[in-house]
Amino acid sequence: MAEIAEAGSPLRGARLSISAFLWQRPWLKVAALLALPVLAFAVVYLGSLAALFVSSFWSVDSFTGKVVHSWSFGNFSTLIHDPIYRKIAFRTIWIAAAVTVTDAILAFPLAYFMARLATPRTRALLFVLVLLPLWSSYLVRIYAWRLILAKQGALNWALNGLGLPDANLAYTNTAMWIVFSYVWLPFMVLPVYAALERIPQSYLEASQDLGARTWRTFRTVILPLALPGLVAGSIFTFSLTLGDFITPALVGGADSQFIGNVVHNYVGISNNVPLAAAFATLPVIVMAVYLVVAKRLGAFEAL
Amino acid sequence: METRALRFGLGAATTLVVAFLWIPILIILAYAFNGSVLQTWPIQNLTLHWFHEAWVDEEVRSSLWLSVKIGLIATLVAMLLGTAASFAISRFKFFGREGISFLLLLPIALPGIITGMALSSFYNFAGIGFSIWTIVIGHATFCVVVVYNNVLARLRRTSPSIVEASMDLGADGWQTFRFVIWPVISTALVAGGLLAFALSFDEVIVTTFTAGAQTTLPIFILSNIQRGQQLPIVNAVVFAVIVLTVIPVVIAQRLTRDSGALTGR
Repeated sequence: MAEIAEAGSPLRGARLSISAFLWQRPWLKVAALLALPVLAFAVVYLGSLAALFVSSFWSVDSFTGKVVHSWSFGNFSTLIHDPIYRKIAFRTIWIAAAVTVTDAILAFPLAYFMARLATPRTRALLFVLVLLPLWSSYLVRIYAWRLILAKQGALNWALNGLGLPDANLAYTNTAMWIVFSYVWLPFMVLPVYAALERIPQSYLEASQDLGARTWRTFRTVILPLALPGLVAGSIFTFSLTLGDFITPALVGGADSQFIGNVVHNYVGISNNVPLAAAFATLPVIVMAVYLVVAKRLGAFEAL
Repeated sequence: METRALRFGLGAATTLVVAFLWIPILIILAYAFNGSVLQTWPIQNLTLHWFHEAWVDEEVRSSLWLSVKIGLIATLVAMLLGTAASFAISRFKFFGREGISFLLLLPIALPGIITGMALSSFYNFAGIGFSIWTIVIGHATFCVVVVYNNVLARLRRTSPSIVEASMDLGADGWQTFRFVIWPVISTALVAGGLLAFALSFDEVIVTTFTAGAQTTLPIFILSNIQRGQQLPIVNAVVFAVIVLTVIPVVIAQRLTRDSGALTGR
């Protein structure tokens, strides 16, 4: 009976008229819903990116160590002309590319097995086995490899057990390649799995009916349809490697600096924020180009 | 379709890749019970001693507490902003809609170091000193996306006509929200919140730029690994961190089994 009593109350009437008022003015609802998130992102996030961009044109007074607010391309010209920065940028991009290709090769059979061969039970299990590493701390997983690759670590123990000599991988670029491939692998598996799962079985049957063998079906039917998933995964593997500085710091050697390490050192130790900001624009530009190409290849639908 | 040999080959490759994913995690978990202070393999004798040491360590306690506080506040902010944005994006068509959804995705599409550097430049500009709030803002920017994606996936799967039906039957806005919308989104929202917390709890890149001299748990782990100090305690903490992030993820996965929201970070 409470419902009926409430129906006549003035409060209920007011609530209904507010609802009707809003229903007739959807733009008001949009504005109300978006005010906070857009304000927060536009002011804080875009504002921060703008601050980063602007400070990349400033410089640091070498005498006082203070930031000088005068506009110049000095930082960019330092970065372009000093071969050490070119080398670091090249190393970062090259390893990011190698990691992306490695992850694509490792992820494909697993994703294919999950999507098209596994029973529902096995698939659910594999899904959890891929998801848990994805979400568990990446710092911890890098640390695990630091211990595994160490001179007296699990890798050399296993190799010696097989009668093989030590692998001196600790603190090398190869170690970085392995560890990056390891930590970002789940990011590649999931979109590739999603893309493969969407291929109708009838496509594969049609391909075989038309006389295509396994390899040809793979090359002309499966691979093109899986491509958006591979590209979507590569956005993560590439972008995450490009901006990292923890892996080089923990498992890289003396000659393993990444763009991220330089940026981190300039901000934290030498306090040269303008030069760090200028160097940080490089990953942004590379990613912007990468995202445009990825969108062309249909990767955003596969995310 | 696939020949027998191919099926076998794919099965074998799958086993190897899963082993590659898991062996390092099992090894690092085992190190927490290492009786020796030297981090060699195989571990010599088993002990629970380091868990006790970690538990009574003042620095571990204070950094754990800081990380929990940051995670909770950032998650709360992310739930609020992410839900509001997902409603606007899924239910209405307006100018700039694409732009806004792209803007929300930006913090995870760009490398973390950019977000970190950008925020530290911003604080510098605005003259804001480092505090717990500077870290919270950093974490919230990438946590919003997680909640947003989860709730958006759920809303896309529900017909907007249930809201119209509810209004037609005489419900006001609040009743429609409480009895129609809330039951639909609640599990997705909770799942998004759990994932946001898991993400914030072990974030380290953005945090190094926004923390100043404060020590969150991941920063405690990182600095001790780099200096090679207190490694047995770090191992015990690492064990706890893995267990603590697995729990919310498993719960979240159960809550969103239908929409597969975990696949999009």
